[in-house]
Amino acid sequence: MSEEQRPRRIDCDIHVGVPAMAVLLPYMTDYWREQFVSRGIDNMELASYPPKSPLACRPDWREQGAKPGSSLEAVRSHVFDGLAVDLAICSALYGGQVAMSEYMGAALCSAVNDWVRDEWLEKEPRLRASIMVPAQNPQLAAKEIDRCAEDRRFVQVLLLAANELMLGRSYYWPIYEAAQRHGLPIGIHAGSMYRYPTTPAGWPSHYLQDYASAPQVFSAQLQSLISEGVFGKFPNLTFVLMESGVAWITPYMWRATKTWRGIRGEIPWVTRPPSAEVRERVRLTLQPFDGPDRGEQVERLIEQIGSDDVILFSSDYPHWQFDGADPIPPGFPAGMVDKIAWENPLNTYGRLRESLQ
Amino acid sequence: MARHVVGKASELEPGERLATTIRGRPVVIFNLHGEYYGLLNRCPHQGAELSKGVVGGIAVADGPGEARCIRPGDFIRCPWHGWEFDIRTGQSWCDPGRYSIKQYQVAVERGDAIVKGPYKAEKIEVSVEDDYLVVDL
Repeated sequence: MSEEQRPRRIDCDIHVGVPAMAVLLPYMTDYWREQFVSRGIDNMELASYPPKSPLACRPDWREQGAKPGSSLEAVRSHVFDGLAVDLAICSALYGGQVAMSEYMGAALCSAVNDWVRDEWLEKEPRLRASIMVPAQNPQLAAKEIDRCAEDRRFVQVLLLAANELMLGRSYYWPIYEAAQRHGLPIGIHAGSMYRYPTTPAGWPSHYLQDYASAPQVFSAQLQSLISEGVFGKFPNLTFVLMESGVAWITPYMWRATKTWRGIRGEIPWVTRPPSAEVRERVRLTLQPFDGPDRGEQVERLIEQIGSDDVILFSSDYPHWQFDGADPIPPGFPAGMVDKIAWENPLNTYGRLRESLQ
Repeated sequence: MARHVVGKASELEPGERLATTIRGRPVVIFNLHGEYYGLLNRCPHQGAELSKGVVGGIAVADGPGEARCIRPGDFIRCPWHGWEFDIRTGQSWCDPGRYSIKQYQVAVERGDAIVKGPYKAEKIEVSVEDDYLVVDL
């Protein structure tokens, strides 16, 4: 690939939608096919993203009668052409990630991964994908990582933000072990299994509260991962916080570091401040950008984060986070666009570099 | 720079500390297993008097859940926010490159030397047969 042809923008968070259970049935065992058909189970979209809610799909990207993000032609037109994106990492969000039955969850995740491979990765060489795993059973999740990771177009492991336990707990370590072994970052995407209220203060009344509170869940999970020693235990693992927003990370870093300095003796396996872990091991996708809207203030935010390695370019397609053709928010320093859209994704997702060779 | 007599060595037992003021500067002296260390008695974080903190060891770990306590008695914990400082070096444990406390040399001198030499001992009665703690400042 010559210098002038090489991709300049890598979209680290787009979503492909499962149009109907019918497309997954070919990838299931006889048992599960029979179960889904006879029980009439369909439309297992996450409650975190009701397909008809405004946020789930930008109005000009919505296709009449189709689930958001379910058409390859639409993704080509809206993302690759419309947003001038050269490579995109797609993540499906579907019921396998949240099913109460861990075995049904595993069957669905495997089917979605196979469907993504056949219907998206095979047909569109500019796409890469996340491996959807059933976090309800970390052993099965690790097996699914092993099964999919041979295909180098899978570039990360996908978890949801809110699970059955906090993500730092050793219960989840088989997932991290498998991901690290295959050189895959862990992407933690907004969304909940709804085993607990979506805010620490209780169940919200409105979707707006649920969505606007997402950084609280991310903050709690990041603190759990750090405090339980996951960063030290898996020294080569990167965590990508997807659709978490961006600006919350600075007050998190300040407070977590301040508290750690005083009472770090409680977790002596954490040998450096949380702010250092964030700068080196945590990445945040750009959209929904929830920072200030004036240039010098955005620059100040980056300065406060203390690193320009942390943000990864993303559109969050088809979710409605911005209008127009450019996901770069107003006021974002022009000099940093190449960094977040090109260098940072390549440094985060080891497997993307293979695309350039 | 002058040499200041701050007290009798025998009155500061191992594990104890002595807070004093020398030329207007707050200083704390620790007896660590029979060795003496002097630090500015002011936390570099927000200025608390370190001499009012708790002395202890330091928690380390070989991995999650594998915590150990090492070097018992070698650290002073700030009474305000719990930052830990190595009494021997003045360095903070949480961020040694950025936060450390100014150190002062503490020596033990015989009273007869002090009576003859260039020492300041305004507040202390010096007798020739005792040992005294002397701080350079």
